[in-house]
Amino acid sequence: MNEQSNWLAACRVEDAIENGGVCVKHGEDQIALFYFTRRNEWYATQNECPHKKQMALSRGMIGSATDEPKVACPFHKKTFSLSTGECLSGDECAIKTYPVKIENGTVYIGTTPKS
Amino acid sequence: MKEPQIIVIGNGMVGYKFCEKLRSKTSSFNLIVFGEEPRRAYDRVHLSEYFNGKTADDLSLSTENWYQEQNITLFLNNPIVKIDRELQKVYTASGLDYHYDILVFATGSGAFVPNIPGIDKEGVFVYRTIEDLDLISGYAKKAKTASVIGGGLLGLEAAKALIDLGIEKTSIIEFAPRLMPRQIDTAGSDMLKSKLADLGLQIHLNKNTTSIEGDGRITALKFSDDTALDVDMLVISAGIKPRDELAKACGIEVGPRGGIVVDEKMQTNDPAVFAIGECALYDGMIYGLIAPGYEMAEVLAANLCEGDKTFTGFDMSTKLKLIGIDVASFGDNFITEPDCRTIIFENKHKGVYKRINVSNDGQYLLGGILIGDATAYNLLLQTSNNRIVLPENPEELILGARGGSEPAGGAGITGLPDGALICSCEGVSKGDICSAVADGSCENIDDLKKCTKAGTGCGGCLPMVKDLMTYTLKSQGKYIKNVICEHFNYSRQELFDLIHIHELKSYDEVLDALGKNDGCEVCKPLVSSLLASLWNEMILKKGNGVAQDSNDRFLANIQKGGSYSVVPRVPGGEITPDKLIVIGEVAKKYNLYTKITGGQRIDMFGAHLNDLPIIWEELIAAGFESGHAYGKGLRTVKSCVGSTWCRFGLHDSVSFAIRIEERYRGIRAPHKFKSAVSGCIRECAEAQSKDFGIIATEKGWNLYVCGNGGSKPQHALLLATDLDSETCIKYIDRFLMFYIRTADPLTRTATWLNKMEGGIDYLRNVIINDSLGMAAQWENEIENLIASYKCEWKEAVENPAIRKRFSHFVNAPEDKDPTIEFVEMRGQKRTAEWKTV
Repeated sequence: MNEQSNWLAACRVEDAIENGGVCVKHGEDQIALFYFTRRNEWYATQNECPHKKQMALSRGMIGSATDEPKVACPFHKKTFSLSTGECLSGDECAIKTYPVKIENGTVYIGTTPKS
Repeated sequence: MKEPQIIVIGNGMVGYKFCEKLRSKTSSFNLIVFGEEPRRAYDRVHLSEYFNGKTADDLSLSTENWYQEQNITLFLNNPIVKIDRELQKVYTASGLDYHYDILVFATGSGAFVPNIPGIDKEGVFVYRTIEDLDLISGYAKKAKTASVIGGGLLGLEAAKALIDLGIEKTSIIEFAPRLMPRQIDTAGSDMLKSKLADLGLQIHLNKNTTSIEGDGRITALKFSDDTALDVDMLVISAGIKPRDELAKACGIEVGPRGGIVVDEKMQTNDPAVFAIGECALYDGMIYGLIAPGYEMAEVLAANLCEGDKTFTGFDMSTKLKLIGIDVASFGDNFITEPDCRTIIFENKHKGVYKRINVSNDGQYLLGGILIGDATAYNLLLQTSNNRIVLPENPEELILGARGGSEPAGGAGITGLPDGALICSCEGVSKGDICSAVADGSCENIDDLKKCTKAGTGCGGCLPMVKDLMTYTLKSQGKYIKNVICEHFNYSRQELFDLIHIHELKSYDEVLDALGKNDGCEVCKPLVSSLLASLWNEMILKKGNGVAQDSNDRFLANIQKGGSYSVVPRVPGGEITPDKLIVIGEVAKKYNLYTKITGGQRIDMFGAHLNDLPIIWEELIAAGFESGHAYGKGLRTVKSCVGSTWCRFGLHDSVSFAIRIEERYRGIRAPHKFKSAVSGCIRECAEAQSKDFGIIATEKGWNLYVCGNGGSKPQHALLLATDLDSETCIKYIDRFLMFYIRTADPLTRTATWLNKMEGGIDYLRNVIINDSLGMAAQWENEIENLIASYKCEWKEAVENPAIRKRFSHFVNAPEDKDPTIEFVEMRGQKRTAEWKTV
């Protein structure tokens, strides 16, 4: 596991959307934050879909394939693993993923991507 | 040792079938095929589908590599011109010669062209090959009127093709006093004639064409009764002529009226020479149908492999659909009293005529004729062919059982013996089909077609093949369904009913009660659509927002670059100047690109997610409401201006379009659906390209259903004629609920109908005759949906929790997405191109 020193206070838990995503502004960057309430899990990924470079993943539907949590881009339904960032639609591209932690009702995103 | 060499002359359907049958039995024999046409054998039975968008490739019977894989040498575009029987050699047009040990004529037939003066004029065609069809469709572009000589099966097909090609006035000229003289009787012909006339076809019976007039190109036909008919083009379909000229030239015996004489082994008077298909004359008869041709191919192929099969004549029963009208005849169709007893049912209102001929002792079915409704054909044919003893009241075979719940015809397919021939083209019996299903090798119709070949010829037996498959699967405790995804082990239709029964209102409730795991992008929008179709609650409430497809989630269409488009409803395309000004002002204020849509409204593109609520607030204040351009539901009801302004208009099409659009607005369905209302037959609103379309007539409205534009255009089919407005709406209510309840996910009405067994006739029966007994329930359900309609944009802007979600950044709600880029074009903005990856 990589060391996280930079934690971004993204939002309050109640501002996130249950079983869906929101977009977090981080300087010039955009990070998609998902509150997978059904699994009681939080995920963060880059907001840009690598397929057509659209800032859209936070507006995508989330779900699972077997047990793998995933998000589907709203543009062309490319799906990506929320835990590894791997593209599940058979493409080469992958997305960055970030660690998430909750403290005192605030959602923090580690801004150094996971390996 | 050298293999014996077989040469096949002709690469039509029967020639191809012979090769296929032979190779399925043996790999010995050198097999060489000579074809005169430039392409591989194709499906001539469905030739007219070439005009409905099927390509020559679609019609082809084999793949490109098939002949090579089967070790068959195929020569196309290379007719045989001479045969030397002493040397056992054939000579090709290209100047080569080949030795044969066995020679097979599969030369088929050509069109019989009567010797009428002027027959060689420009604009006179035959209807036989793909090349003929290309010539016809080229010439049809400049023709307004056309005639077909010949009112037989092929002539009617040709007439349909001419209508499809857009010829305004098409007529059929038949020498005999009735249509399809070989298949149907006078009463049946009368019924068929009146149905064809309804479709705009003129039928002239008892007409003997004496000359074709015109200076170089055809302009008119003259008849023996001194009448004449102006036409721009003519298609001859007066029968077939066996292609026996080559055989005749080398001294093979041919019949006095043509045809290569063969015995029951398909052998000619030269023991090394055989003939099969339409060129062969057996027992004084040419068999002009595909099934006996295939049977001849089977007999010959089997005998060449040491088999002992004989051809002993063939059942000439036929069923076909002509311009949407069922026509069938089977068994001894023309037998009359006192040799039998006939039972006749005639319904001129619905255009149905049925006749069955029953043996004098009432025991057996001898034959019959069906016009307008041939659903009973397969069962009747089986009952007659297998000499199944008739029920006490044989009229129930054509009327359906009345009073009881037992289906007509006793036990139906279950009562057939295993040996009953189901697919006569391929010679597949009931036993073959049931055992292929029972041994587990086939669980769907495509597998079954591959494995047994049943239904791959004319296709007429497919409904019965499907019934047998379902029956066998059911008897094994299996049944077939389309499950949605890994999270729901149900079909859409099952899920619809389950959600209804359990009164589930949110995606999570549905997943908990009926599914497993976490859901996905396939089942979420599907379930959301079902919830909306069932309860019509605001689609973003109860946590359903995150289960909506991207457009529904933000009640707007996401566009390239990530901006959204805004489309207010403009019912019937009618809009006041004031409202037009509001759209202009809003678009200007929020810097939106504007374009008129194909559905007679205005689309505003390039809105930031953050701006959507405020834009809608302004539109709603001016009296607009959501246009649901983002939803799988009613889009627009297009209209022409109708009788209020147009000098041709018969009724007020605009008012009716507005009434319909306001009635069905907001209703969610398996896919989007569109409608249109035209004020007269000129059809300016293009209603026949819509999911349901309405055209004014002198007496009311004609209702068309299941049309489609888009990538696979399909004309809507006429469901009912001359309706008053209330009845028209009642039928649309039923039609929509039937569609909503039963269509597969993301299936438009056209595809839904294409997959429906029984097609438009079945649909008509369900909608108009309430054959499922569901009409009252459906009408009630749709009334509930209509009564619960609310503008969802109004609800969204008024609900703080929902409105909150219309911002791009959760941690900077005022900021818009800075990555969205526009460029200028013709004085407006447009979105920047996809960024290169």
